[in-house]
Amino acid sequence: MRTVVLTKGVPDFREGQVSFDEDGHLERGKTPTVMNPNDKHALRAALQTRVRNGGTVSLMSMGPPGYEEVLQEGMTDVYADDCYLLSDREMGAADTWATAMTVATGIQNLEESPDLVFAGFKTADGETGHTGPQTAWCLGMPLVTHVVALDVDEEAGTLRAKRLVEGDVEEIETVETELPAFVVADPEFEPTYRKAAHRLAWKDLREETRERAESFEDHLTVWDHADLNLDPDYIGLDGSPTIVAGVDPIPRAPSEREATVVDPDDESGMEQVFDELAPYAAGD
Amino acid sequence: MTDDGGAVEEDGATDGRVGATDDSEHYEAVVVGCGPGGAAAAATLANNGVETLVLERGVDAGSKNVSGGLIYAEESAPYTIDGLFPGFREEATERPATENYIHNVAGDRVATFDISELHHHDTEWADSVLRRKMDSWLAERVHEMTRETGGGLLTEVRVTGLLRDGGEIVGVETAELDPITADLIVAADGVNSELARDAGLMDWEEPEEWYQGVKAVVDVEPDAINERFGVDDDEGVAHLFSGDLFDGVRGGGFLYTNRDSLSVGTVFHLDSIAAERAEPHELLDNLLTHPLMARWLGDDYREREYSAKLVPDSKKVALESPHEGRLLVVGDAAGQMQAQGPIIKGMNHAVTAGALAAEAFVDARSRGRPERAGQLYEEKLHGEGVMEKLRPSAYRNLGSLGEVEPLADWSDRLVESSLGRYAVRALGSGVLERLYSSPRLVSMIPDTRTPYVTLPTVIAEELGERVTDRNEVEPPELDDRIGELTYDVGDPHIELVDNSYAASGTAVTACPVSAEDFGGGCYRDERVKTNGHEEHVVSLDTQPCVECGTCAVVAETDWEHPDGGKGVEFREG
Repeated sequence: MRTVVLTKGVPDFREGQVSFDEDGHLERGKTPTVMNPNDKHALRAALQTRVRNGGTVSLMSMGPPGYEEVLQEGMTDVYADDCYLLSDREMGAADTWATAMTVATGIQNLEESPDLVFAGFKTADGETGHTGPQTAWCLGMPLVTHVVALDVDEEAGTLRAKRLVEGDVEEIETVETELPAFVVADPEFEPTYRKAAHRLAWKDLREETRERAESFEDHLTVWDHADLNLDPDYIGLDGSPTIVAGVDPIPRAPSEREATVVDPDDESGMEQVFDELAPYAAGD
Repeated sequence: MTDDGGAVEEDGATDGRVGATDDSEHYEAVVVGCGPGGAAAAATLANNGVETLVLERGVDAGSKNVSGGLIYAEESAPYTIDGLFPGFREEATERPATENYIHNVAGDRVATFDISELHHHDTEWADSVLRRKMDSWLAERVHEMTRETGGGLLTEVRVTGLLRDGGEIVGVETAELDPITADLIVAADGVNSELARDAGLMDWEEPEEWYQGVKAVVDVEPDAINERFGVDDDEGVAHLFSGDLFDGVRGGGFLYTNRDSLSVGTVFHLDSIAAERAEPHELLDNLLTHPLMARWLGDDYREREYSAKLVPDSKKVALESPHEGRLLVVGDAAGQMQAQGPIIKGMNHAVTAGALAAEAFVDARSRGRPERAGQLYEEKLHGEGVMEKLRPSAYRNLGSLGEVEPLADWSDRLVESSLGRYAVRALGSGVLERLYSSPRLVSMIPDTRTPYVTLPTVIAEELGERVTDRNEVEPPELDDRIGELTYDVGDPHIELVDNSYAASGTAVTACPVSAEDFGGGCYRDERVKTNGHEEHVVSLDTQPCVECGTCAVVAETDWEHPDGGKGVEFREG
C-alpha cells in the first residue's frame, strides 16, 4: 500500500502567536508556521491505513523552505518513510488551482504511484477546501470527502469509507470506491485500533521510525519547478486564475466596552436584559 | 460481528466485502499483566516458541504496582528472575540486601537482632527493587521476546473478564480491543485479579486473608546511604520493625536501601487495621518519626512517593488448584504471597509460578493435550515445593492453632507475665536471635498479637537499649501525599453499595488515602441531617484512589479497575 499525505504550513493562529501590523494585516515573518490543524486528521487516517495494511507513507507539501519543519513534525506523527517539499520562487503566491496542479505533478513524479492520497479538510489560512478536490481532479482519482472512518481491502483493491454529509441534519453515508483513490479526512475522523495485531504493528512502526525522524533531512527531497518539468506560466502567481479583489481587515473589538451590571435578583433589570437579547435570539 | 477496527459498518454489521473479520483474534497464549509473574510466564512461553500476547493495564508495566520490597532468588527454586532475564540484577534492581536486622521496639527502647542468617537461608541473592523501574525493564525484554513469536506486549489494555463459549473459557475480553481467544490464558493480573474472580477462584470476603502495605519512597543521595548504613555502592541493608510502634495493630515495618532512595513502609493484617480503626498513613508516620529512624532518614526528609497495596496471605488463600479450563493463575492473583514473621517473599514465587504455568502448557501441548496444562501446573507447583513454601505444613499443624482465640489470649498474657519476662531475660539476645533466625520456627508463627506486638515489646522492654537520637522528620500531611500522586480516573470505578457508616465506615479509616476528619480522600465520614433526622453515612470520591482494593474487602462496595492506563500511576512503585 503506497500512501501520500498532503500537508501545508499555516500561520499559528493560536492566541499570543499571531502578529498583525498597524493595518490589521497578518505579519507572516513574525507569526510562527505550524502544520494546518485539519491536516492532522489526514495524517491519522494515513497512519491507520498504514498500521492496518502496511506499506509506505510519503508526506508532501508545497511552500517555502520553512515548511520543512512542518514535514518533520508530520514525519514523527505518521512515521512517514520520506518527505517531499515542492519549493521555489516560481511556485510562490499560488492559488488553490496552481497549487493543485503543482502538487499533482509532484505526486506523478514519484517513482511509484500511490494507491491512496490523503488531504485535510480546508486550511486554517485560506479556508477554501479546494486544494484537495482539485488535486484529485488533476490526478484523475475518485474523490471521497468528509471521511470520518475508512477501511481498505487490498485484495479487492477497494476503499470503503464513512463520510459525513451535512444537510439539515448530519448524516453518515457509506461509500465504496476502487483504488487508487483520493481521501479528504473530516475533522470528525477518529482512527480505531481494536485489534491487538494493529496495536503491535503500530508499536513496531514507532520503533522502526525513531531513528528516521531524527535524521529527517536524509529522507527529505526538495523539488523545484524544473525538477517537475513545470512551465512557470502555469504555476505560482502567473498560473493562478483567482484574483483577490481586496482584503477587509477584521475590525478589532474596542479595548474598552460599556457594561451595565445587573443583579440577577433585580427583576426589572433582568427583564431589560432579556429585552436586549431577544432580537438576537430571534435572528433579527 | 465487528468490523476490522469498528471503523466502517452500517447497522452494526459489515457486508463482508471490506474489513470484515471474525469476531476475535487468536493467539496461542495470552498473558494478562506484566509484573514478575506475567513476565516469567511470557518469557518461558516465548523461549518455547509459543505465540504470546501480553496485555498490561498500566501506561507502563509497574505503574500499577507497589513492592516492599525485596525480590529473592531462591536456591531451591526451579526458576529465578535473573535466570529468565539475563542482566536483570545489573539493570533492574536497586541494591542487594547484604545485611538484615529486626528491631524490637518499646517506646524509645530497642532490641536489635541480626537475622541475616534467616534471610540468607536458601537464598542465592535478594535485591531491593522499585516496581516501575523493574517491571518496565522486564516489559521491554518481554516485548522483544514475544514479538519473535508473532505476539508482543501491549500497555494500556485492561482485561475486563473471561471470554466464554458455551460456558468454556476460550479467551479474554478487554475494554480497548475486540475479544481475543487463546489456547492458554495466564492471569498474572495481581492482587485484585479480575480474571481469578471471574473464574470463581478468588473472592473479596475475609479481611484476615489479606495484608495491607503502605510505603514511602524517601529521597536520599547514594553517598548518604553508604555513609548512614555503612555500606558500599553495591551493598544494601534490610531493616524490619515490630513492637509497640503501631498502636497494637498486628504487623510491622520495613526499611530497604535502594540506589538513591529508601523504601520505608508498614505491612499489617487487614483484619487488624479494620478492627482497630487504624489509619494506615498514621502508622507509617509512627515509624518514620521514631528516634531509631533519625540516623537513617537524616534531617532533610523528602518523600518521592506515597503508595499502598493489598497482598494476599498465602498461608490462608494460596490457591491449591490455581486453574480453571484454559486459565492458569499466577502470583498475587493466585494468593502466592508468603509472609511469615520476618519472611516476606512474593515476587520470587510469582516468577516460579509464571514459568511453571508456561512450562506446563508447553509440556501439555507437546503431548497433544493442551487442555491438561492446568492440572500439570498444579502438579508442578506441588512437585517443585512451591506450595509447601506458600502454605507450610508446620503452620497448618501448629501455627494456626495459636490463632484460636483463648489460646492467643493466653499466650499474650503469658509473654507479658513475670514468667514470660523472666524467660525473655533468661534466653537473652543470643538465643532469641537464633530463634528469630530459624526458618522452621518462623514458618509456624501464628497471626496473632503475640509475635507481632506483645513479644517484641516485652523483648525491647527487657533487653532493649534506649535510643536517644532526636528525630526531626516531619512526614507530609495526607493531602500533600495524595497531591503528589498521578491520577486519570475517568468514570468512577467504585460503587458504594451501602453508604451507612455501620456497613462501610471502616473504609474511611482503613483506606490509605482517607481518614476520619479528613475531607480530601477517597472516603469521607459525614453526618447528613434531613427533616430533623441525622444519618451517619460514608461518602465516596474516587479521585485519589490508589487502587489497593482495601475498601472492597472491608466495606460494602463494588470495586473494579479503571480502564487501561487510567487511575493511579506510580512512578516508583
